[in-house]
Amino acid sequence: MSDKPHVDEISGVETTGHEWDGIRELNNPLPRWWVWIFYATIVFSIGYAIYYPSIPLLNDFTKGVGGYSSRAELNQELDAAAAAKAGLLARLAETDVTEIPSDPELMRFAVSGGAAAYRVNCSQCHGSGAQGGFGYPNLNDDAWLWGGDLQSLYTTIAHGIRFETDDQTRYSEMPAFGRDGILDRQQIKALALYVRSLAGLDDGWVDAGETEQSFLDNCAACHGEDGKGMAMMGAPNLTDAIWLYGSETDQIIRQISEPRHGVMPAWGDRLGDVTVKQLTLYVHQLGGGE
Amino acid sequence: MNQAAQVIAVAAAALLALFGAALGRDPLFQAHAWILFFVLVAASYLLLQRKPAEAAAIPFKGATTKSGDAVSAAPAYLDGPIRYGAVATVFWGIAGFLVGVVIAAQLAWPNLNLEPYLNFGRLRPLHTSAVIFAFGGNALICTSFWVVQRTSRQRLFGGDLAWFVFWGYQLFIIMAATGYLLGVTQSREYAEPEWYVDLWLTIVWVAYLVVFLGTIMTRREPHIYVANWFYLSFIVTVAMLHVVNNLALPVSLMGVKSYSLFAGVQDALTQWWYGHNAVGFFLTAGFLGMMYYFMPKQAERPVYSYRLSIVHFWSLIFLYIWAGPHHLHYTALPDWAQTLGMVFSVMLWMPSWGGMINGLMTLSGAWDKVRTDPLIRMMVIALAFYGMSTFEGPMMSIKSVNSLSHYTDWTIGHVHSGALGWVGMISFAAIYYLVPKLWDRSRLYSLRMVNWHFWLATLGIVIYAAVMWVSGITQGLMWREYDQEGFLVYSFAETVAAMHPYYAMRVFGGLLYLAGALVMAFNIYQTIRGRQRQERPLVTAATAAQPAE
Repeated sequence: MSDKPHVDEISGVETTGHEWDGIRELNNPLPRWWVWIFYATIVFSIGYAIYYPSIPLLNDFTKGVGGYSSRAELNQELDAAAAAKAGLLARLAETDVTEIPSDPELMRFAVSGGAAAYRVNCSQCHGSGAQGGFGYPNLNDDAWLWGGDLQSLYTTIAHGIRFETDDQTRYSEMPAFGRDGILDRQQIKALALYVRSLAGLDDGWVDAGETEQSFLDNCAACHGEDGKGMAMMGAPNLTDAIWLYGSETDQIIRQISEPRHGVMPAWGDRLGDVTVKQLTLYVHQLGGGE
Repeated sequence: MNQAAQVIAVAAAALLALFGAALGRDPLFQAHAWILFFVLVAASYLLLQRKPAEAAAIPFKGATTKSGDAVSAAPAYLDGPIRYGAVATVFWGIAGFLVGVVIAAQLAWPNLNLEPYLNFGRLRPLHTSAVIFAFGGNALICTSFWVVQRTSRQRLFGGDLAWFVFWGYQLFIIMAATGYLLGVTQSREYAEPEWYVDLWLTIVWVAYLVVFLGTIMTRREPHIYVANWFYLSFIVTVAMLHVVNNLALPVSLMGVKSYSLFAGVQDALTQWWYGHNAVGFFLTAGFLGMMYYFMPKQAERPVYSYRLSIVHFWSLIFLYIWAGPHHLHYTALPDWAQTLGMVFSVMLWMPSWGGMINGLMTLSGAWDKVRTDPLIRMMVIALAFYGMSTFEGPMMSIKSVNSLSHYTDWTIGHVHSGALGWVGMISFAAIYYLVPKLWDRSRLYSLRMVNWHFWLATLGIVIYAAVMWVSGITQGLMWREYDQEGFLVYSFAETVAAMHPYYAMRVFGGLLYLAGALVMAFNIYQTIRGRQRQERPLVTAATAAQPAE
């Protein structure tokens, strides 16, 4: 330390006179722009704190001159959104699902709402593009286990499939031909190959005659004599290229021996009638609706 | 404590760990106690091998003040823990960056989640703790030990206590990290370690405070240098934050699980008071302390403004502590607390920038060094990222901005431009500065490799931050997109799918940053070995000779 002020040669500015391990500090003033912006942020903050709720008191807090409340704001937005939809929602409620498509405005609203509800509730299993997946039906095609007309879709969505807590849910249960010993392994394998041939999948396998009979005896009651399925029973069409559990011989054998039965929840109670209608119309217009 | 007492203490602790392993109430506690046991056994073995000479201080070499006085009168500095700390900084840095790259890849390609030990949920806190506490913490501890000794002209206070701080801190890191992998966590962001690890850190941290404060109180300089204010505020505040946020009641003294003393929104607020000030005092104030020493030293210029350093120091530490509620905008937190969190963050803008101005303006009269000295270049880019992220932070705390940015990748990008840009770069520069001096080498192995490190890291940060801005804003806009009928347009899964290309690009940015750190590790290793790479100088004599400005 020295008595007379030390001046930095390059900048010509006085230092504070102290030195630590060779480091000195210049005695420059605060940059003016820095000070003014700092003041500006303080002024803004004071104004903001006056306008909005800010200061905690003993049992309460200052409400702010703007009377703002995030909860009130949220409720207003929700109310406004509900009010904007109220008329159309009321009309949806009183219109039968099969009559909605003839009203373009109502139809557009229903499909938009159905799409939003689908993304939240259905896409987890059926995919965000409704393309389905292994064990989960594709909703874009025209293959429908339980029927693809508006009324059938509505019933399926509202009451689910094999959803035990809903009285009106629909069941189909294919017998476990292998596990329960109804057919032996050879018969099941032959049936699997027969089913593949129905779908035009050629394994070079030739039915000696008894497999067709076996199909008529065991399968045709639900899947139909021609194997084209029956929506009444929830029995899939076996002649198309659509396979819920795979089209490989082993996969078909597995399904005949010990069938898997998917469950779809009933959405009627959970989402309400209007949303189920919207979902019905959304799914119906994806491409495969009957 | 003499060496025998130290060995006995560590061995006794190992025995206690063995009891913990035997009597633990749950398998996780037992597993963790076994890890502790083996670590402590290894530690006692290493202590036994320690030569007494190593414990003695290495005489201080090579320092001069500008006026060239008084250094000979200074005591021998205790530099051993700093040497270890420098190596630990590089080691944990690479470990933390590597885990960061891995979890970035896991987000892009979820099949990389290896259950259960290496899934994203366990690796993510491993990454954050490794980079913040292991890399950043070691960098802060070792540089603060260097700086406080030099600027106080005093040996570290407390004898071997500094060694205890170093090794105790490493033990904390190991226990925290292995705990995460085992699944031991209290699920508080950046405060995941369970109660027994928290208690240990408290002991180590108090010892750190004693060493640091003791050195300052016995200093041989009339005044306390500005870097030490920042370091001290970091040490004191982190102690307070750590203790309060981790107040918890263990279910059993022989079990991992504990319950926080806070519940509901009070719990959330306590956590973000902690979380935000971990950023404020650990990652900002601490590293500003680092900047305030290494920048003027490397530039060989005086600090720009003493007055600015005072005003921005006090305003920074006063305002920062209130800003935490901005992490809880639009939540159950009362409106008044959200307002205060926001306005304190807005007011924080200029106090934060004070550090940047003081750092950058310190270069006035030495700007040519940006061209000639890669260390200065690193410090400048560190300050540039510091300035950018301390502007971005107050902006994101504004409620209307926050309603878009909150919960999106924008926040991740913001944190990383601060962490990779500011914290990383200033630490790298400090390590490059320290290592030749610590091992008494005339220069680094290779300055060109420092330059390579600089460009790899800078490019990595730019890619990372830019990609996260795009993905974050995309995400935020997709979440709030309504159609004309008033229904949401995108499902959450669709917004996740839209992030994929950005997540893949982020991995690339992270890899560049990691590559830079590996170049650094090689350079540091060779420097410590005493080698010097024969290379063409970065700048030719002609360009270097041009006058400044």
